[in-house]
Amino acid sequence: MSMVIEREAAAVTKVVLELEVANHAGVMSHICGLFARRAFNVEGILCMPLPDATRSRIWLLVFEDERLEQMIKQVEKLEDVISVVRHGAEHAVFERLETFFR
Amino acid sequence: MMQMTGAELILRLLERQGIETVCGIPGGAILPFYDALGQCDTIHHVLARHEQGGGFMAQGMARVSGKPEVCLASSGPGATNLVTAIADAKLDSIPMVAITGQVPLGMIGTDAFQEVDTYGMTIPLTKHNFLVRDANDLLQVIPEAFRIAMSGRPGPVLIDVPKDVQCQMVSFEDYPPVAVPDALPALDLAAIEKAAEMINAAERPVLYLGGGVIHSGASHLAVTLAEQGGLPTTMTLMALGTMPIDHPLSIGMLGMHGARYTNYVLEEADLLICVGARFDDRAIGKAAEFCPRAKIIHVDIDPAELHKIKTAHIGITGDVTQVVEALLPLVQVKLREPWLAQVADLKERFPLAKPNIDNPRSHYGLVQAVADALDDEAVIATDVGQHQMWVAQAYPFRRPRQWLTSGGLGTMGFGLPTAIGAALAAPERTVVCFTGDGSLKMNIQEMATLAEEELNVKIVLMNNNSLGLVYQQQNMFYGQRPVASKYKRAVNFLKIAEGFGLDAVDLDTAEDPAATLAEALQRPGPCLIHCSIDREEFVYPMVPPGAANTEMIG
Ligand SMILES: Cc1ncc(C[n+]2csc(CCOP(=O)(O)OP(=O)(O)O)c2C)c(N)n1
Ligand SMILES: [Mg+2]
Repeated sequence: MSMVIEREAAAVTKVVLELEVANHAGVMSHICGLFARRAFNVEGILCMPLPDATRSRIWLLVFEDERLEQMIKQVEKLEDVISVVRHGAEHAVFERLETFFR
Repeated sequence: MMQMTGAELILRLLERQGIETVCGIPGGAILPFYDALGQCDTIHHVLARHEQGGGFMAQGMARVSGKPEVCLASSGPGATNLVTAIADAKLDSIPMVAITGQVPLGMIGTDAFQEVDTYGMTIPLTKHNFLVRDANDLLQVIPEAFRIAMSGRPGPVLIDVPKDVQCQMVSFEDYPPVAVPDALPALDLAAIEKAAEMINAAERPVLYLGGGVIHSGASHLAVTLAEQGGLPTTMTLMALGTMPIDHPLSIGMLGMHGARYTNYVLEEADLLICVGARFDDRAIGKAAEFCPRAKIIHVDIDPAELHKIKTAHIGITGDVTQVVEALLPLVQVKLREPWLAQVADLKERFPLAKPNIDNPRSHYGLVQAVADALDDEAVIATDVGQHQMWVAQAYPFRRPRQWLTSGGLGTMGFGLPTAIGAALAAPERTVVCFTGDGSLKMNIQEMATLAEEELNVKIVLMNNNSLGLVYQQQNMFYGQRPVASKYKRAVNFLKIAEGFGLDAVDLDTAEDPAATLAEALQRPGPCLIHCSIDREEFVYPMVPPGAANTEMIG
């Protein structure tokens, strides 16, 4: 696998990532910074605290491309990231949200 | 019930973590901590002359001891000055804890005097960072910082502590436990078995060792693996010393300034066993053309390194020590006579040329003369440039942690403060800092720290009055048009050293340069050893940036 950005090769399939993270002020910066640095397009982002308040859940909508596996590994390396789960684009979370973006 | 200020609590927690020396510079936002430090007699503070110097001193200590070490800076310019040393530690996976002062909580975000967003600024440069908003949190944050710095792949952690948090009183029952590294990843025995099968079945395997072998303390195991499997072994810049350079299986350093034969051997390999290395572009050249005939086994403690640059046939996430220990009983003893004969033949035909090695006033000769005057107990640090590469090519490294160099970030100015740190951590050793005239000027103020601490550091200055490596690249790849790489005036470094209170000798005017050099190296205490080097001497061979490793020039 190569890290070179091949824009043409970048497919248009979307992927939903579900992250469980420690709930504090800096977490979003850590995560967004990783994606921005690699010019990895994040289409959508949602974040809410979980019921126990020490943790939050972040939903990311991203394009599937050849760098996604590496991207996920980099996210998993973050100290505040507890878990990352990958879902298909058909996941309801962003679909239901679409009504708010019309 | 214990009661103390946040500042005192930080100090007690550092003590409990075994910290004996810290390096830094005070300023308004970190004064409460310095006040507490002044009343503590277990921790020695080394006053750097620039925060970057303090950061590299902590790195020097950590590179020698293998344990996280601490540097300090105030808010604003103190923190921005420290940033380069932190970035350097990140790229070379050096465990370090940086503590910075910050403006009081209520003033954060108001553009207060000496306020910068240290937390935001250091997110991409640290393994992890903290902004402490309540002194009670220090009970978790300080041990966490040490745990993170030394667990898995080591790295720098920054803790930003607002001034009022340093002054806040904290009451607590017990100290938190002393931080220890996380448990190591579980062994993937199935992958290890497959890897052993591949090694046993290979005809032309090469072992490729990186800095991770040193971090894991696995040098002797790696050598045993090579000997058992009959594996020719190459090392990255970071791994020099893991296998003694004169070991019959060593094929030296690979990459941009590796010997021709080393890169040719890799071209022939049918199996590459990469251990604790990360396929850096300076080591492998054009990724697509590196080891074109080889299958790849990749062992690393950081799962994100596997398949990042080259897809491995077997990727093993694990601690190098544990993985190699598990591999050893499965790897057959092999003599590999045909392959080793082929390697020997390539080595014979394409060795590293070291012209003028007998002249201590030439580049390779000076490196050799220093090695001749010392034993393997000495620590060798460098700055960044041609001199660094000449030392990497020619110094006979024979033990891990003998060699300290800025590999990933390639930071000029690294050498002197890192050498000071090495001497602080290992005062019984002679520490040599090979430097260039450009690099030395980037942290030359630390000569004052060196003189003050009276450490056994010898600065060997290879003075070509130029930014030699830049001059070389412009000559080779930019139509022989040197721009901003030759100094118009020469600096009298001997006078500068004297001005800082250092001993200085000049090999240019010495009657017997080898004797003068040896005598200066043997005399205890700090010393500048000056030697002029011909600006037209280049580092060869050289792989042009972006080219395949077999396209060497020279
Ligand atoms: C902080 C920093 N700035 C710029 C560079 C780019 N650079 C790499 S080598 C070099 C020249 C180094 O000169 P010197 O220390 O005299 O070593 P020489 O190559 O002459 O042996 C420069 C400018 C760098 N590596 N680090
Ligand atoms: Mg120079």
